[in-house]
Amino acid sequence: MPETYVHKFDTPTFKGEISVPLGLYIDGKWVDGSSGNKIDVINPSNGKLITKITEGSPKDVDLAVAAAQKAFDTTWGLHKNGFERARLLQKLGDLMEQNADKLAALEALDNGKTFNWARTTDIDHSIRCIQYYAGWADKILGQTIETSEAKLVYVRHEPIGVVAQIIPWNFPLQMMAWKIGPALATGCSVILKPSEFTPLTALFVAQLIHEAGFPAGSFNLINGYGHVVGQVLAEHNGIEKIAFTGSTLVGRKIMEASSKSNLKKVTLELGGKSPSIVFDDADLEQAVKWAAFGIYYNHGQCCCAGSRIFVHEKIYDQFMQRFTEHTKSLKVGDPFDPEVYQGPQVSQQQYDRILSYIKSGKEEGATIVTGGEPLGQEGYYIQPTIFTDVKPSMKIVREEIFGPVCVVIKFKDDDDIVAMANDTIYGLAASVFSQNVTRALSTAHKIRAGTVWVNTANMLYPQVPFGGYKQSGIGRELGEYALANYTAVKAVQVNLHLNLS
Amino acid sequence: MAQPVTINIAATGRKITVPTGLFINNEFVPSIDSQDTIQCINPATEEVICSVVAGSEKDIDVAVAAARKAYKTTWGKNVTGWERSRLLNKLADLIERDAQELAELETLNNGKPVKIARDFDIGDSVQCLRYYAGFADKIVGQSIEVDNKTKMAFTRHDPIGVCGQIIPWNYPINMWSWKVAPALACGCTVVMKPSEITPLTALKLSELIIEAGFPPGVVNTVPSLGSVGGAALSSHMDVDKVAFTGSTVTGRRIMEAAAKSNLKKVTLELGGKSPHIVFESADLDQAANWTGLGILYNTGQDCTAGSRLFVQDTIYDKFINILVEKFKQLKVTNGFDEEAGAGPVVSKMQYDKIFSYIEGGKQQGAKAVLGGEKRPGKGYFVDPTIFVDVKPDMKIARDEIFGPVLAVAKFSTEEEAIALANDTSYGLGAGLHSNDASQCMRVSQALEAGTVWVNQYNLLNNNVPFGGKKQSGRELGSYALEEYTSVKAVHWNYGEKLDWPL
Repeated sequence: MPETYVHKFDTPTFKGEISVPLGLYIDGKWVDGSSGNKIDVINPSNGKLITKITEGSPKDVDLAVAAAQKAFDTTWGLHKNGFERARLLQKLGDLMEQNADKLAALEALDNGKTFNWARTTDIDHSIRCIQYYAGWADKILGQTIETSEAKLVYVRHEPIGVVAQIIPWNFPLQMMAWKIGPALATGCSVILKPSEFTPLTALFVAQLIHEAGFPAGSFNLINGYGHVVGQVLAEHNGIEKIAFTGSTLVGRKIMEASSKSNLKKVTLELGGKSPSIVFDDADLEQAVKWAAFGIYYNHGQCCCAGSRIFVHEKIYDQFMQRFTEHTKSLKVGDPFDPEVYQGPQVSQQQYDRILSYIKSGKEEGATIVTGGEPLGQEGYYIQPTIFTDVKPSMKIVREEIFGPVCVVIKFKDDDDIVAMANDTIYGLAASVFSQNVTRALSTAHKIRAGTVWVNTANMLYPQVPFGGYKQSGIGRELGEYALANYTAVKAVQVNLHLNLS
Repeated sequence: MAQPVTINIAATGRKITVPTGLFINNEFVPSIDSQDTIQCINPATEEVICSVVAGSEKDIDVAVAAARKAYKTTWGKNVTGWERSRLLNKLADLIERDAQELAELETLNNGKPVKIARDFDIGDSVQCLRYYAGFADKIVGQSIEVDNKTKMAFTRHDPIGVCGQIIPWNYPINMWSWKVAPALACGCTVVMKPSEITPLTALKLSELIIEAGFPPGVVNTVPSLGSVGGAALSSHMDVDKVAFTGSTVTGRRIMEAAAKSNLKKVTLELGGKSPHIVFESADLDQAANWTGLGILYNTGQDCTAGSRLFVQDTIYDKFINILVEKFKQLKVTNGFDEEAGAGPVVSKMQYDKIFSYIEGGKQQGAKAVLGGEKRPGKGYFVDPTIFVDVKPDMKIARDEIFGPVLAVAKFSTEEEAIALANDTSYGLGAGLHSNDASQCMRVSQALEAGTVWVNQYNLLNNNVPFGGKKQSGRELGSYALEEYTSVKAVHWNYGEKLDWPL
């Protein structure tokens, strides 16, 4: 019988007890995994063990797929009409709202982001995302199309079937909402694999899904390692579609596994090395703040982080002065401290990786303006870091660091800047700062990225599509666009009186 | 005046307080310049329930001003789609919470059975509000490629503005939700004129508008005579759009007033004389059930009532016998009776009108094989009535009766059925029963109506559009949003300099 873990919080921003189930959630029940193995869940603010969760195995995946398919064929899919699916998602949104503080506390504990950021951005956005997709559930429309008076032709947008969803550790709850929202709204059955680093909020929300009344098998949760459970999901012949958010490296593996198994549909949200471009006619004060937000938000652990900051030479010195000052003012510390801006990075692995990039930056000859060192005796804290004097070939300029580390590059030419900004295998996002609308929009339209922010950064809304150009991904999440990821188009042609001779 | 009254519902022992003032700016107020009141009658007992304030033309001015102010400050483009969604969902939750109480009030004033009011009228209304809540943050326009080097163009779907909404007495709560939900979802503000016959639930719902948290002035409720409040809204220079459900006669007046004042947008849901066709291959028992639903649901007081029945000659006698037996089974009685399948008609005026059609039918030579006689005692009860041998030129075949009176005729070929069905000045609904799939397709394509039912009747869904041919606009579904949005195209030059002189 799977256990639950109770964590007692006594912090300045949250006090109380939260109970989290530790098993797998399959076919409407909490179960032990078939392997009996466990995965350690570590607190990134001190490196210590929080608890151990059940590790899923390939056999567990088979059970989940069977349960998901059964639900799809009997109690879920189109057997629950859009109004009913809407109602269930609304109930889930309500339950999440009632538990918003608890979810924020769990997220801060597990991921290391501050409680305040979690509460006001992650959790709020996640709730709105679920509510947004609840609103779509009874609005999945197809067309009727005129061909001739002899025929009736219409298009159905049917749910795809059993879908696998693999989510990352940087925005655990938010990524879960982005995935399950459109999938459940359209009537797909879901098998979710949270990140093995940050499973706690997903486990908590699985309880809420159960409480909301979703039929058994419509939603299943299997924790496990990417190379085990993730790989099995990508290869499984009983899964019609897989959605993955994570690194480009793993994204390739998933696409390859799909092509070698049953050609399941694949959508990918991968990495980025997004440019922030500050023109000489930008509102400097605001550009500094937004550019900082663009890289340091979530400790730099954002796929769309504006990690390459291009500054026009005319304002370079002023920008650097203010940007450095601003960067130094960001308080790094305990996630539950209300004064803190940035908590620890999520894991030892990420911590090591970021520090190794910083090392390579120094070795390749870049200059550290501020930061560059870890902080504290325990936990995975790293100072917000600025590199200058970089060359396009340097690793810190080409590769995604996924930490609070940016490179700042001088430019002088409007056309050249577009070339420099686009000089990357990635294409997830970009920010353009200028008060001249012609300049801002022309530049924005030339940048090859799925989201371009003008005079802002890192702002996402459930109703606005998000996704990557080039190697940043395939497909779009959010907005109405996400529905296309979970529906299959069927054209029905009814012959009224076209007779063959 | 304008103080709430407490109404005792004898049948359930419930006490309901009902506000009686005009609902403007989230307050219940007396008329600004009139002492007139409207008496609300219980159609099952003919007794007075209570009186409410009757809005005057000046009251409409006050309400419109309140709606305009809210539109410019706390609503309209000043509120996000997400917030509108949240408030509409909250309103839906509150109506669901109070469903039993609202149902009893609806039955008291309108006569329909309580469980139908609660499970259908109110159940559908709650779902309607939630459906449009789901649209509020999905009002999207287009971005359009014109010339990438020089300009971008896009459309905004802005709210139309201040909307006058005039609703009828046959489904007071349901019609209220059909109107209010899409208007609020799009960001419009509303001046609602409920029917003077059934204003009570609209006033009670106004209390929930406050409780849900809508800012003052977003929804205003002004019970008033059609010739006063309705006319004032239609001709008001500061109302951007009027939506009306009711008779064709009044619909024409509204369109005329709109044309003569400020060319406000008009949508109309008017009458019907909908044909119901039964082919020989139909499941006769089912067809009889749906026919019953089509003309007896809500005691025939339905704009889509299947009031002209056409039966194929080969099955005519058999079908009519089944039909008569079915109609006899329906219990038409006080709405608080658990067994009631239908209640009284809503008012003396309607009662007299229906019976005058019944008398006319007899005089013109139609034969009543069921009903057609008045009941003794109190209450505006009209028994299910079936006229056979009806000719197309008879008044009972041409005019909308709006009661449980069915006009039946025979046909032999499919072509004849279609011709008979389409021979009407209306085009709201139509139904057909057949087990021949190709026939179903052919006939449904040929019927000239905004809604065609195949092997069913009368059942609507919140996500399917509804409206008539020869009428304006559509309600329900995504189509309703178009009636409450105004499209603005923005052309934004960022690359083109103009040479001068030309």
